[in-house]
Amino acid sequence: MASPEDLSGQSAPLYEARKGVYPKAVNGPFRRFKWAIMAVTLVIYYGTPWIRWDRGPYAPDQAVLVDLANRRFYMFQIEIWPHEFYYVAGLLIMAGIGLFLVTSAVGRAWCGYACPQTVWTDLFQHVDRLIDGDRNAQVRLANGPWTAEKLAKRVIKYGIYLAIAFWTGGAWIMYFADAPTLTADFWTGQAALVAYGTVAVLTATTFILGGFMREQVCVYMCPWPRIQTAMMDEKSLLVTYKDWRGEPRGSVKKAQAHPGGFGDCIDCNQCVAVCPTGIDIREGPQIGCITCALCIDACDRAMAQVGRPRGLIDYCTLDDAATEKAGGTGQPIRKTLLRPRTLIYFGVWTAIGAAMLFSLGQRTRLDLAVQHERSPLFVQLSDGHIRNNYTLKLRNMETRPRRVAVSVSGLPGAVLWTDAGSREKAGQRIELALPADSVTSVKLFVAAPAIGPARQDFTIGTRGLDGDPRGDSDIIQFDRPEAGQ
Amino acid sequence: MADLKQRIDEATGTSTVGHEWDGIEELDTPMPRWWLWTFYATIVWGLAYVILYPAWPMVDSATRGVLGWSSRGDLAKEMAADAKRRAPTVNAIAATAITDLPAKPELMQAAVQGGGAAFRVHCVQCHGAGGAGVKKLYPSLTDDDWLWGGDLATIEYTVTHGIRNPDHKATRTSLMPAFGRDGILDAAQIGDVVSFVRTISRQEKVSASSSRGATLFADNCAVCHGAGGEGGRQVGAPKLTDAIWLYGGDRDSLTATITQPRNGVMPRWGGRLDPVTIKMLSAYVYSLGGGEKGLAPVAEGAGADGQP
Repeated sequence: MASPEDLSGQSAPLYEARKGVYPKAVNGPFRRFKWAIMAVTLVIYYGTPWIRWDRGPYAPDQAVLVDLANRRFYMFQIEIWPHEFYYVAGLLIMAGIGLFLVTSAVGRAWCGYACPQTVWTDLFQHVDRLIDGDRNAQVRLANGPWTAEKLAKRVIKYGIYLAIAFWTGGAWIMYFADAPTLTADFWTGQAALVAYGTVAVLTATTFILGGFMREQVCVYMCPWPRIQTAMMDEKSLLVTYKDWRGEPRGSVKKAQAHPGGFGDCIDCNQCVAVCPTGIDIREGPQIGCITCALCIDACDRAMAQVGRPRGLIDYCTLDDAATEKAGGTGQPIRKTLLRPRTLIYFGVWTAIGAAMLFSLGQRTRLDLAVQHERSPLFVQLSDGHIRNNYTLKLRNMETRPRRVAVSVSGLPGAVLWTDAGSREKAGQRIELALPADSVTSVKLFVAAPAIGPARQDFTIGTRGLDGDPRGDSDIIQFDRPEAGQ
Repeated sequence: MADLKQRIDEATGTSTVGHEWDGIEELDTPMPRWWLWTFYATIVWGLAYVILYPAWPMVDSATRGVLGWSSRGDLAKEMAADAKRRAPTVNAIAATAITDLPAKPELMQAAVQGGGAAFRVHCVQCHGAGGAGVKKLYPSLTDDDWLWGGDLATIEYTVTHGIRNPDHKATRTSLMPAFGRDGILDAAQIGDVVSFVRTISRQEKVSASSSRGATLFADNCAVCHGAGGEGGRQVGAPKLTDAIWLYGGDRDSLTATITQPRNGVMPRWGGRLDPVTIKMLSAYVYSLGGGEKGLAPVAEGAGADGQP
């Protein structure tokens, strides 16, 4: 294997084993905030598919359902059809701009609190503490020999990992089918192969990424920390060790022995002990810092114990850091958050959301698409009239069967009929019954006198006959033989 | 390698590689160990794949792999699965008389779709895509005018037995005499018949020529085309009073037709396609817009050899 020895004669390892991270339990406002977010996100993730939502007999009663087989997306009272996928695109754009907004205002808050990798890693680290004990016990156990106790603890711990991972993988597939039915099918071996495969893959990824990879995902795999570095500016909040206040470090005893010779940092190492990614925040901002703020909690407790003001490690912008270093006071948090950049992001985010809500409110649930048959463009009928054929696609996007009328305008003397009718009984208008929540394809024949332009635009329209008269129309061409043909 | 300036980077504590390009240096950060294991895992995966699946190129093919998988085999499986899926529909169509199809909309729809697929393979060469026909050569199947009849059973018979197949007894057949070429009528007489035909199709006003033509028509043409030119489907004689002209309705075209008729031919498909495909083809042609609802009175009105 080629190695740096060839170049420099020095030996540097090409590969580095993961260093164990055994974060110590900590309590404080940020820890409680993380608890709350973990509870909310996990309840949303595991619980959402089980919420029921009555849509009548023609649609599923699951509140949130991605029905891939029938190409429908249900979200409470909203039903999205495949051609309305731009709503999903809009949501993704909102999610992107939301991340810009959050990052420019409060830095890597997504990483620290809401990212699934963070939430599940946090959960698995609590399992570690539950089985192995806190930091010191974990380190002892990890470095100790393989005794029966260690083996038992490992088996139990990995068993719990696996249970959580399986539950996580299992919850995922519930979004794609009726949850109670799928659960029953799953355990009786009747679910689709893809369901078992998906659960297996997600169980494995949760088990490995949450149980073992942890901060390696953030440091080596995830692109977001790198992108965020570019998104942040000197007014974004960062978890900052205020070195101008803390340095030089020294214990309380040293400080008492040499008053004025030491900063506020008592070098208790608590900020390092509690860090879930195993970094030392006192080295400054770095890629491994997910800004979960647990070190702030730890440092504040230490400062309280020695009777010094809190906030030696705190959320702070680069601008404020410079000001405070020079002896001034930083800006109030309100001013940091409300500045043109964040307001523009927020404005765009809100505008997209409002536009989507508006268009959701305005959309009609009866849609018509007309296709002119090209071969033949026109048919000479025996009585001299000309017939054109069309294919109508009528989308009834409501969860009830509907009666609709289809009519033509702008084509004098025209009559229309479908392949179920006949020209003898043709009129200016036909009525159709549309099944609930479906696309109906109808072959439409339109006959008109031969006298007229070779190409003539006219309108085919549809409207509801059952209460809601709104509908849709399409302008389409009627072809006649050109002179001499 | 004299320009190597390996040093410890202050901010990260990591050694640099030693290269330097315009002040840009590269950190020699060690790769994570798990990455190495992932790399080994991909090698194992690759080896397993080469053993299990076709992979190693040989002179005329590749190694087959111990699983015996092939894309051709996949296709055969899919085709078999699809045939199995379609079997109930095909069997139901086979068991249903063609005249009963419209009463079963789902079966009719399946037949129209299957027929459309067969049409695109066997029929478009002459009748054109969508059955549009070719002017002065092959009839349109989409209009409301039929030479031999446009209800389901009649279409099925025509497709099965063809038109003017001399080696087939049940074929639809008739022969319009070549009035001009064989000297049955002279040029002036043909002109008079053309005038009459254009009169009954309301393309010309009544004239002395058309009056003479009326007599000639009654003597020579009415036996097949009917006294008023209303056509005769028993012999495939087209209606002459409507706006549809297979070989053209202007004076020149009509003169050419009477002088030397085409007597068009269609192959019979009975021996080449199975009865279900023919049934589906007929349903498709019927659905193109000109399908006639009336059931052909098979017993009484049938031709000499039982043609509907």
